[in-house]
Amino acid sequence: MEGRIVSAARDTWSKQSAISNPVLRWALYLGVLVYVVWVLGTLPIDWARVSDGLGRAARIFNGAFPPNFDRSELMIDGLLESLKIAILATTGGVILSIPIAFMAARNVAPTPIFYFGRGLIIVARSFHPVIVAIIFVKAVGFGPFAGVLTLIVYSIGFVAKMLAERIEEIDFGQVEAMRAAGAPYFSTLFYAIFPQIMPRQIGLTIYQLDSNLRASAVVGIVGAGGIGSTLANAFGRYDYDFALAITMVIVGVILISEGVSGQIRKRI
Amino acid sequence: MTLQELGRDDWTRFTPRQRMMRFAVFALCAAAIAWALTSIEVIWAWVWDAPIQMGDLFGRMVPPDPTNLGVILRVLWETVNIATIATALAVVIALPVAYLSAQNTTPNRATLWLGRFILVSSRSINTIIWALLFVAIFGPGIVAGIVAIMFRSIGFVGKLLGEAIEEIDKRPVEALEATGASRFKVIAYAIVPQVMPTFWAVAILRWDINLRESTVLGLVGAGGIGIILQGAIDTFNWPEAATVLLAILALVIIGEIVSVFLRRRIL
Amino acid sequence: MLKITNLVKRYGSGEPVLKDLDLTIEGESVTSIIGSSGAGKSTLLRCINRLVEPTSGSINLNGTELTELRGRQLRAARRKIGMVFQGFNLVDRLTVMENVQSGRLGYISTWAAITRRYPKEDIRRAFELMERVGIAHYADTRADALSGGERQRVGVVRALMQQPEILLADEPTASLDPKTSEQIMGLLRDLAGELKLPVMINIHNVTEAKQYTDRIVGMRYGRIIFDDVPDKLDQEAMDRIYSGSPAADRADEWKAAS
Repeated sequence: MEGRIVSAARDTWSKQSAISNPVLRWALYLGVLVYVVWVLGTLPIDWARVSDGLGRAARIFNGAFPPNFDRSELMIDGLLESLKIAILATTGGVILSIPIAFMAARNVAPTPIFYFGRGLIIVARSFHPVIVAIIFVKAVGFGPFAGVLTLIVYSIGFVAKMLAERIEEIDFGQVEAMRAAGAPYFSTLFYAIFPQIMPRQIGLTIYQLDSNLRASAVVGIVGAGGIGSTLANAFGRYDYDFALAITMVIVGVILISEGVSGQIRKRI
Repeated sequence: MTLQELGRDDWTRFTPRQRMMRFAVFALCAAAIAWALTSIEVIWAWVWDAPIQMGDLFGRMVPPDPTNLGVILRVLWETVNIATIATALAVVIALPVAYLSAQNTTPNRATLWLGRFILVSSRSINTIIWALLFVAIFGPGIVAGIVAIMFRSIGFVGKLLGEAIEEIDKRPVEALEATGASRFKVIAYAIVPQVMPTFWAVAILRWDINLRESTVLGLVGAGGIGIILQGAIDTFNWPEAATVLLAILALVIIGEIVSVFLRRRIL
Repeated sequence: MLKITNLVKRYGSGEPVLKDLDLTIEGESVTSIIGSSGAGKSTLLRCINRLVEPTSGSINLNGTELTELRGRQLRAARRKIGMVFQGFNLVDRLTVMENVQSGRLGYISTWAAITRRYPKEDIRRAFELMERVGIAHYADTRADALSGGERQRVGVVRALMQQPEILLADEPTASLDPKTSEQIMGLLRDLAGELKLPVMINIHNVTEAKQYTDRIVGMRYGRIIFDDVPDKLDQEAMDRIYSGSPAADRADEWKAAS
């Protein structure tokens, strides 16, 4: 067998580091250390207030237990409003997403339109729904309408992006076949492109309805209607037992909606 | 195809049963939308007025006012720090939670349910709602923001890591058990190396998400750039609000570029 | 000396996989275990180091009764039993050295294991063994960068690092091409001689079993029906080991009983 000539036996070994250059490695370690120390040192943290917090936490939890379901009609109203917001925003968002997705797909859109479509999607994705909500609340007033507009923007950011990626992956041979048969533009769209993107589109719509329901609980906190507004009000009035009840209901609804949407998407 | 079908000149895409199903689904969707439209409490005059209002608002934002740019950038950096520190803490805390909530590593059924409970409660409550709670506890400020983001991130990171642990190749685990290694050493040598790539990927992904989340903490008083945005909006200082919005847009885009870069370098 | 008596393994409430099995392995011989899939070869090996829990019976290795051990004692006993696997079972993302040293995990402290500060004598032994099987130059290479034959050599070295009193090999060549698999079989035979180590090999390839081992044990549906030197394994014995189905077997038993 090979290797019978045993070379001078080694008895040291150490693991090679991921960064082979030791200077770079230690510079990185030092950099991280300096960053952490510096950030923790400079963050404007009022430690006295933080330590007070423990007592306050105890008071809040005492106030929150047991959760108070007495005003359940208020809660149900808020929940139904959230559901309406989610349904309308999903409808609007998905309808608007289709043209935007076509604009943002490199293989079907002319270059300037492609950049415009991508730009729209990036802007819609970059702003957290709460920021969008606060602007819409100022523009169109408090209430569920601001919530619907916010979540339409939120839906476009996700649905249009995913759909555009799907359109970029389609099999272009089918489009060519339609064109070769002399099919007009819209027939080509309906016969060659829609069948390829429909399954993804339906899945995305259901997923987005679920996401919008979650998000509608949040945008309400800045005044855009739904159960979030009810929660923010309860917190503002120090009604911690009611706030806990609302939170529990939100969690329950989210879990149910996640389960239902997961089941439906699995079936399709 | 049978001979009888040769003479047919009618064809439909769906069987009657399929058509019934499709019609029912469409009807259900239409009914849901109609219900939502007719019962939602909006003042329709405001809705028709909305495009003008929006145009008016954006008109007032132009041109953005950069006089406070120095302060805005400083607070933006603070926002980045909130996201980074909170992600780092959350990732560390998520490790034991993931260990508890993965079926193949959890010590027993009780710990499995404990792990799952932590994940579900963390994931189902949004960062903003966590922030409301911690602002009430710690008072307005950065601490509430960091803790809120941390609490939300633990569930996200823990769930994905737990799933990664459940999907590992079990054969090395068997081999190390056969050498007589203790449970802890088996984890360190056979499980940890397999989960590391997922760990870094999830940490980077969550940092990117947290960057976005930390921009809104200020709206409920939990620190970061949101406070300046809220201030500008409340005082109808729209040109400054526009500057803040552009700064946030730049931050999010840079964050995305950084995370793509890190993913390429580490994975 | 490994002495197995009356070993029974039953999964759930079905037919036992091992039926009242007796087997003794003595000295530094290489024993191969042959038999068709489902004969219980793999279960037998895994009962020895308790990766599979035996239902009843006794397994005694050099005076230690293995079937009754738990926790720390079981781990201490497992250190003395090396195992080589069909799928190599290496940790892909660790280097060859870390994989090899993982055979010593039962001996070294947790701190040393995590910081990768292995004892000097372990490192020397690792290099010697790796040199012996021809993989020393791969010490810092990640395991997933190696070919199948090289990976199995890492698996063999890992098992030998345990300084075992017996080496178990569960179809060590089934995932390898014919040439590499002969190299590995030759390696196992030579190492058994050099290290004075009894070796038990589960194997599908009868030609290799005859060529590289000193003793062949033939199993059929949980029983040992052949146990002799390779030269005695004739066509008639082969037919008995490899033909039939469990159902036909039971029918025979029923006929014999009536």
